[in-house]
Amino acid sequence: MDYGAFVEGLVFYLFAALAVLAALGVVIARSPVRSALALALVFLALAAMYILLNAPFLAVAQIMIYAGAVLILFLFVIMVLNPRLDIIGARGRGQTFVAIVFTIALGVLLIATLASGQIAPTTGKFTPEFVASIGHVQVIGTLLFSEFLLPFEIASVLLLIAIVGAMTLARRERVPHAESKRDLR
Amino acid sequence: MNILGIYIDRPIVDFVILIIKCVVWIFALLTTFAYIQLVERWVIAKIQVRIGPNRTGPRGLFQPLADALKALFKEELIPTNADKLVFVIAPMISVATALLAFAVIPVSPPLNLFGLEIPMQIANVNVALLYLLAVGSVSVYGTVLAGWSSNNKYSLLGSLRAAAQLISYEVTLGLALVGVLMLTSTLNLNEIVDYQKNFGWIILPQVLGFILYIIAAIAETNRLPFDLPEAETELVAGYYTEYSSIKFAFFFMAEYINIITVCAIAATLFLGGYLSPLPFLPIVGEPGIWWFALKVFILIFVFMWIRGTFPRLRYDQLMNFTWKVMLPLALLNVLITAGIIIFFQPGAAQAFAR
Repeated sequence: MDYGAFVEGLVFYLFAALAVLAALGVVIARSPVRSALALALVFLALAAMYILLNAPFLAVAQIMIYAGAVLILFLFVIMVLNPRLDIIGARGRGQTFVAIVFTIALGVLLIATLASGQIAPTTGKFTPEFVASIGHVQVIGTLLFSEFLLPFEIASVLLLIAIVGAMTLARRERVPHAESKRDLR
Repeated sequence: MNILGIYIDRPIVDFVILIIKCVVWIFALLTTFAYIQLVERWVIAKIQVRIGPNRTGPRGLFQPLADALKALFKEELIPTNADKLVFVIAPMISVATALLAFAVIPVSPPLNLFGLEIPMQIANVNVALLYLLAVGSVSVYGTVLAGWSSNNKYSLLGSLRAAAQLISYEVTLGLALVGVLMLTSTLNLNEIVDYQKNFGWIILPQVLGFILYIIAAIAETNRLPFDLPEAETELVAGYYTEYSSIKFAFFFMAEYINIITVCAIAATLFLGGYLSPLPFLPIVGEPGIWWFALKVFILIFVFMWIRGTFPRLRYDQLMNFTWKVMLPLALLNVLITAGIIIFFQPGAAQAFAR
């Protein structure tokens, strides 16, 4: 057996199993902090998949943005609010029914796609050899600042709006002495 | 050859070499950690006109050994209402991420042993600079989880401070490195060292970037002017208050290994890594691991010096400093670097425009 393919398969199945188990952990864990931790493990396993797909930049960005920034903020909120377990466990009426319907629909879609055999790999312009000859980061950078400039800029403006919105919501109105005057009366 | 230095035609030999390298580096880092800590106690003692450790062994040289034994034999306590799993995992995350970061740092030029060329760094990753930032952002978990799982109000306060501080200073840390990235146009640390071989140390055009990086790095490692997450006088040691025995030692280890790593990154990116400061001299000009070690130790000494000199900031000063002073300066540094590139390397700018 080919040595490279063997190692690749080994790494793939190892991290695929880890991703599935950790994803199960996200749903099963009773404590919200443990759920968030399991989600972090899912992100790390997915990052390993990106490395196997010759996309190291995406792998590192995945860890940095999802595990390092987004999930830490989740944890922050969970820790400050300290939600009670009985509230987390309570389900709304019909939630179980909706969940079952969507799970079955997703499963049918997945099996139908796999059974139809329509997912044969297509080879485009960006083969591993082409990307390696220029450099992975260079390819992403060039594409981001030329072909996909508009979506890139729209995404950054969206994030800016979100920041300004968050600051507006968090800002305390400072009316000098209003409080103390009322207290004196 | 792949990033781990494994050739496809001799995988077993290279794999064994890789394992040996990992073991040697972990051992070296842990030994350095133990003695850096001793040196720090000497240096701080000198600065504060005290004597410092001098009882265990000649001049206190066996102090790290005594400390390690003491940590091992202390009773291990886990608070009753702690989340036990998370409480145990948190120090492990801290140490593991601290050790992981060192894997990509080019500590010396490749070594020739028995006809085999052995790269001395563990992984020659193409996105090494981003890898370092990613590992740094994951290391926040250790601190945050430790404080939360202890179920202690001081620990929680400490870990909330830590999360806010580390995330805020990460922004400046990343932006300070953008200047280096712009000049070298690579994320690979080996290529960054090669660039400095040809064009001189990056600290020359990047003085501002270097200073910003060092300040942000002190904040990232929770060192004294910025040690609010573990301020012992207000938070009884913050996030690791409830930790004892070897778990406490783990946080200690993580902190000092992180100091070694951030200094190693600064030495590699700004001070030419393993290159000699006098490349034109016959023997002294040879690049080697000794130059790297010397630069790292000088930087670590500066860290100790700063710890012995400055008082702790207040929380609002800390936040104002990073968002209102450091961040604008880091953005200014990016602008200055762009100016340098256009002024001195017009060819590079044109190539970029095309």
